[in-house]
Amino acid sequence: MSIAAEPNDLRDDVLNGLQLSTQLERVWRTPSGWMGALMAVDHKVVGRRYIVTAFVFLLLGGILAVLMRVQLAGPEKTFLSADKYNQVFTMHGSTMMFLFAVPVMEAFAVYLVPLMVGTRNIAFPRLNAFSYWMFLFGGCFLWISFLFNVGPDVGWFSYVPLSSLQFTPTKRADVWAQMITFTEVAALAVAVEIVVTVFKLRAPGMTLDRIPLFVWAMLVTAFLVMFAMPSIMVASTSLILDRLVNTRFYDSSSGGHPLLWQHLFWFFGHPEVYIIFIPGTGMVSAILATFARRPVIGYPVVILSLIATGFLSFGLWVHHMFVTGLPQLGAALFTASSMLIAVPSGLQIFCWLATLWDGRPVYRTPLLFVIGFIVIFVLGGLSGVMVASVPIDTQVHDTYFVVAHFHYVLIGGAVFPLIGAVYYWFPKIAGRMLSERLGRWNFWLAFIGFNVAFFPMHILGLIGMPRRVYTYTADMDWAHLNLLSSGGALIFALSFALLLVNVIYSLRKGELAGDNPWDASTLEWATSSPPPPQNFDRIPVVKHRDPLWADSESLPVVAGLSAERREVLLTSLAEAEPQIREASPEPSIWPLLAAIATTIFFIGSIFTPWAVLWGTPPMAVTLIGWFWPTGSKEDEE
Amino acid sequence: MRQTIVRDVSDLPTYGYGPRSGPWWGAMGFMALEGMGFAVAIGAYLYLYAVNPSWPIGASPPDLWPGTVETVIYVLSIIPNEFTNRAAHRQDLAKVRIGLIVMALIGIALLVLRGFEFAHLNTRWDNSAYGSIVWLILGLHTTHLATDLGDTVVLAVLMFTRHAKPRRFSDVTDNVFYWNFVVLAWLPLYVLLDWVPRL
Ligand code: HEM
Ligand SMILES: [Cu+2]
Repeated sequence: MSIAAEPNDLRDDVLNGLQLSTQLERVWRTPSGWMGALMAVDHKVVGRRYIVTAFVFLLLGGILAVLMRVQLAGPEKTFLSADKYNQVFTMHGSTMMFLFAVPVMEAFAVYLVPLMVGTRNIAFPRLNAFSYWMFLFGGCFLWISFLFNVGPDVGWFSYVPLSSLQFTPTKRADVWAQMITFTEVAALAVAVEIVVTVFKLRAPGMTLDRIPLFVWAMLVTAFLVMFAMPSIMVASTSLILDRLVNTRFYDSSSGGHPLLWQHLFWFFGHPEVYIIFIPGTGMVSAILATFARRPVIGYPVVILSLIATGFLSFGLWVHHMFVTGLPQLGAALFTASSMLIAVPSGLQIFCWLATLWDGRPVYRTPLLFVIGFIVIFVLGGLSGVMVASVPIDTQVHDTYFVVAHFHYVLIGGAVFPLIGAVYYWFPKIAGRMLSERLGRWNFWLAFIGFNVAFFPMHILGLIGMPRRVYTYTADMDWAHLNLLSSGGALIFALSFALLLVNVIYSLRKGELAGDNPWDASTLEWATSSPPPPQNFDRIPVVKHRDPLWADSESLPVVAGLSAERREVLLTSLAEAEPQIREASPEPSIWPLLAAIATTIFFIGSIFTPWAVLWGTPPMAVTLIGWFWPTGSKEDEE
Repeated sequence: MRQTIVRDVSDLPTYGYGPRSGPWWGAMGFMALEGMGFAVAIGAYLYLYAVNPSWPIGASPPDLWPGTVETVIYVLSIIPNEFTNRAAHRQDLAKVRIGLIVMALIGIALLVLRGFEFAHLNTRWDNSAYGSIVWLILGLHTTHLATDLGDTVVLAVLMFTRHAKPRRFSDVTDNVFYWNFVVLAWLPLYVLLDWVPRL
């Protein structure tokens, strides 16, 4: 089975130092120019684009949030009409969930996981490029529709019958459903890449119990994506079929059932929260270890609780449907499981606190955000356990209490760690440090602004303010708290403006980072900042869970990979024993063309079912182009 | 950082079969999520079945023969599929060519039969929720059938060009693997679509 190496094959064992770096750089670099940029398959290039694009959507979603808060700052304001408001909150929720929170986490994984496991590119780099384009096109499609006044207005979960043709005769609900299809295709692709990268591309010696916690978190997330997202694909497809070709899935006069939608949606929607939150915990673990100056206490406990959370998250979806009249026993069961999931999360929090306690914490900006996360998340978890019980949920259902709760969980659980992660990994990605002084301002504005914006919403909910109302009358006595909340939102928004200023300033003027500015322990810090196209001149060999702390002077490496074509090292699943030197794909324009063909298919099918017929051949052609061997050497062995 | 070479991997092969290779795991990943898609669709079917007092709604059950003939062919197709698999492992180009052509013909035959099956469902997608879910599930499986057929045809063509190099045999085994998934996914669907409405 083995093919003897041709004698003239240039290997990395005969080259050294600068010679080796330049040679590998030539092989692995992304071609220059416009065409080169469109052909990029380097996980760092794609990852960077993914991150930036997701943050642009955060900015857009954030602007909508500010518009809502302006509208709600006082009673009977006319800043936004009722119809506009419906579009704005739907766009805000959908943008934040589908175009920001999930993609940004996957984006960090795309950039970081290959570096952290010590390989040269992600598994299936072309699929990765395709995924990015699909994400970009889906997001643009949603936002362009919004600008043309066909933005969805049926809420981020688009309940039927409201979203059925009868009640939403415009294209607005179709836009929502098809945006879902775009983003799910993108997310599923990344999930498969991450799983295969972690399973097969780990550096030799990185056994399962030496995988960094961040990578574990992204692995569990990838599995959640793989098992949760098919459900929403079935949901959005059936919705669009109902609207387009008169199927009857949700038409109760023909045997359809509106609750089917809620089951399909929340079977995805609840794990979705964990798809956003679990990567956040991975970021927390990485940051905490570095700044507490010791490994996270209870490594196996953290991993087991990640996995337990993953499993449990599939048993909870019905708690979003408590008010739909469930059988008594069912309701009790789902209440119990909803409370149960607090246990693994709680365990993780104890591990983190113990790590901080036992370490010698250095309070730099990333750690501040992590501590902010712990505080906010505990509060959000508390209100979560409250709404997990049927009587309380019945009381506060569809009020601002719920809005407050999920912003505490989402922003506390994911956005705070994420901003911490930006401060932490920016030096690796950009080669320069973010300003620490601006960072502290950023943190305190965010922490105070966030709490002022969202804490009052708990009270508003308890005194009866429903969600998704575009205004309220003065005699409701909701005005003061709403004004306070809007003020907080403004401060919170300011903190993001500051982050943007910091990034732009530091990209030019920031202090140079060097390979490992935080003296961290994982492999991404063993290469230069930003990393060269090949990531590592030689693939590291891992002998310790915290390789760079075990030996900060020298890095054990393997030799014998090709230096004249793209080759990665495949290792065995559990023991990470080297198995194969596998070719890694070259840059290619086909993923972009395939994404364009798919986009035409998806958007066309909103308007006519025939798009399925004429839309398929171009897709098939681009896919064949993608996989057809180019005749280059690595393809021909 | 200083590098110390502790290991040499030049002797390793440049491709492999099964769980040693990357694409196999990729196929595995996609099967897992597509399998989940089928599971969700089956769940939706059973949900609609449970909430409706009569089933099938306003139609008679599908005619049995197309689905049954298909099932027989699916099960028998495992044999030439395995033949192709072994030939690919032995890197026997002539037999792999035969195997791929046979599998492509089987795929085409099944696609034609699938057309008959749609015609003999005895319901339209817009008749009732029953019709909708049946068409959705059958459509979903047909997409898989067509995708695998496309892949098989492309591979078969490749094997007659100058690109028929050793590493392509690994691609063939992944295609074989995926076909097994298409077959395996069909069996519960056959029971669900053809027999549950007769309960
Ligand atoms: C600048 C910070 C933010 C502010 C001020 C804000 C404000 C709001 C407000 C006032 C609503 C309620 C609209 C209504 O029910 O009438 C809302 C809804 C929502 N927000 Fe945010 N939000 C912010 C950030 C986020 C983030 C980061 C996420 C997710 C990661 C998010 C996800 C959602 C979702 C899913 C909804 C529900 C939309 C719906 O009802 O369909 N928000 N937000
Ligand atoms: Cu939930």
